[in-house]
Amino acid sequence: MKTKVITSKDVHLFYGNFEALTGIDLDFNEHEITAMIGPSGCGKSTYLRILNRMNDLIPGVKITGDIRLEDQDIYAPDTDVVALRKRVGMVFQQPNPFPFSIYDNVVYGLRLAGVKDRTTLDAAVETSLKQAAIWDEVKDKLHDSALSLSGGQQQRVCIARVLAVQPEVILLDEPTSALDPISSTQIENMLLELRDQYTIIIVTHNMHQASRISDKTAFFLQGRLVEFDDTKKMFLTPKQKETEDYLSGRFG
Amino acid sequence: MDPIKAAMLKRSRSAKLEQRGKLISLFCISLIVIVVAAIFFFVASRGLATFFDNKVNLWSFLSKSVWSPAVNDAHGNPQVGALPMIVGSFGVTFLSAVVATPFAVGAAIFMTEISPKMGKKILQPVIELLVGIPSVVYGFIGLSVVVPAIRHVFGGTGFGILAGTFVLFVMILPTVTSMTVDALNAVPRYYREASLALGGTRWQTISRVVLRAAMPGILTGVVFGMARAFGEALAVQMVIGNAALLPHNLISPASTLTSVLTSGIGNTVMGSLENNALWSLALLLLLMSLAFNLVIRWIGKKGEMKR
Repeated sequence: MKTKVITSKDVHLFYGNFEALTGIDLDFNEHEITAMIGPSGCGKSTYLRILNRMNDLIPGVKITGDIRLEDQDIYAPDTDVVALRKRVGMVFQQPNPFPFSIYDNVVYGLRLAGVKDRTTLDAAVETSLKQAAIWDEVKDKLHDSALSLSGGQQQRVCIARVLAVQPEVILLDEPTSALDPISSTQIENMLLELRDQYTIIIVTHNMHQASRISDKTAFFLQGRLVEFDDTKKMFLTPKQKETEDYLSGRFG
Repeated sequence: MDPIKAAMLKRSRSAKLEQRGKLISLFCISLIVIVVAAIFFFVASRGLATFFDNKVNLWSFLSKSVWSPAVNDAHGNPQVGALPMIVGSFGVTFLSAVVATPFAVGAAIFMTEISPKMGKKILQPVIELLVGIPSVVYGFIGLSVVVPAIRHVFGGTGFGILAGTFVLFVMILPTVTSMTVDALNAVPRYYREASLALGGTRWQTISRVVLRAAMPGILTGVVFGMARAFGEALAVQMVIGNAALLPHNLISPASTLTSVLTSGIGNTVMGSLENNALWSLALLLLLMSLAFNLVIRWIGKKGEMKR
């Protein structure tokens, strides 16, 4: 039995009067990759953004339910959101490096935390860029603008930027949907490497990607969690009719 | 000839309209170019006459500090030293920009990041109103409020660069603020999200990402404000004291290029040295606004290259 890092019970989310998530129960194990799949608008990204409270930025959102990181209630009034986001990092759909140098991008989170020591920063840059499998491509131009890189390289710098903060959980919101197949493969391989050290939760549009890299898969449909199981089991013998239809390409 | 070939060879109605549209816009743009070129030519021909016809040395024009074109000095040379006006103009411009920038950036951050609702409802209309107030009103308020206040606090007459700075500060504040607001709004939301997701507080996000990403836009706003301050004539003329002397301090009466121009140009005879000297000041103004424009473009290009 693996340790559960994040547990959530009966999660509802409302945009004004619209109920975008209708009671989700979902737990995530340590050092596993969990994929969340489903058609557009099914609530999978919305659910992901609950886990590091990125939905707080959107006005008119109301969230109920019990969501815990280890034993800590993420939505308790006294939760330190800043500290939470250091433990639960996030990579977005569009590569979004800051318009700074690659180096400054990677150390951004550390500098926020007050780290000033040059050797610590240098070491963190090298380690996280290596983990993100981009060190060899950028080691000679760390002080060039991150915006001069290709989309796939930018996304890996964004991942390195998250890794540098050493979070426990990494959320990825369709990280490869804006990238070409080769860049996507590089990122998938990198995620498999990172699995031993981090808990990874990835939203993806691409069910083949889910089947290639994830240990567990959650299938969302219209704000419901239809099925959640080991990836192999779900793809070979889905329990629900809707899952079977979606996986066999009958809709979505 | 078959009808299709005939139709292909004949120019269609829309092709003719296209041609006409092109001609009209070409006419408009060439009119503007001609007007600008004519202004440059006129100001340059008059302004350069001081140096070619009246044999004034360019260097002494820029560096001497006695401005008295009507009277020759002991050696019979005309006394046209524009340094006091140059110092005055640059003084009020830089000081007002230095004072206005922090206020403008602060107000813009409040309007975009901290309270966008109140910003849109209250501050935006206030700023638009400030832009619309005629400069004579600013000058009048400066004359009846700022100058006496300075006189009261610092002594002297109250007229001078300090009073000019205050008036210009209020005048350029809305320009710089609204351009800074635009620059901050143009910073993509995903930069903010990325910073917050890495454990940044709101203030860290504003100071380390948003302001840094918006820097070219903010600088452009500041330079625009400076260009406006440099070219402002009436309001400054009302509070600066209009003494063509090198200012000793911020509260001694001074003058700017524009204030000397507005007060002098009607009282001189066309073609005389006094008149030509004023045109030289105008040429200097024109070249400076050209320089401001180039700086703005340069900043814009630098900002683009980073993207």
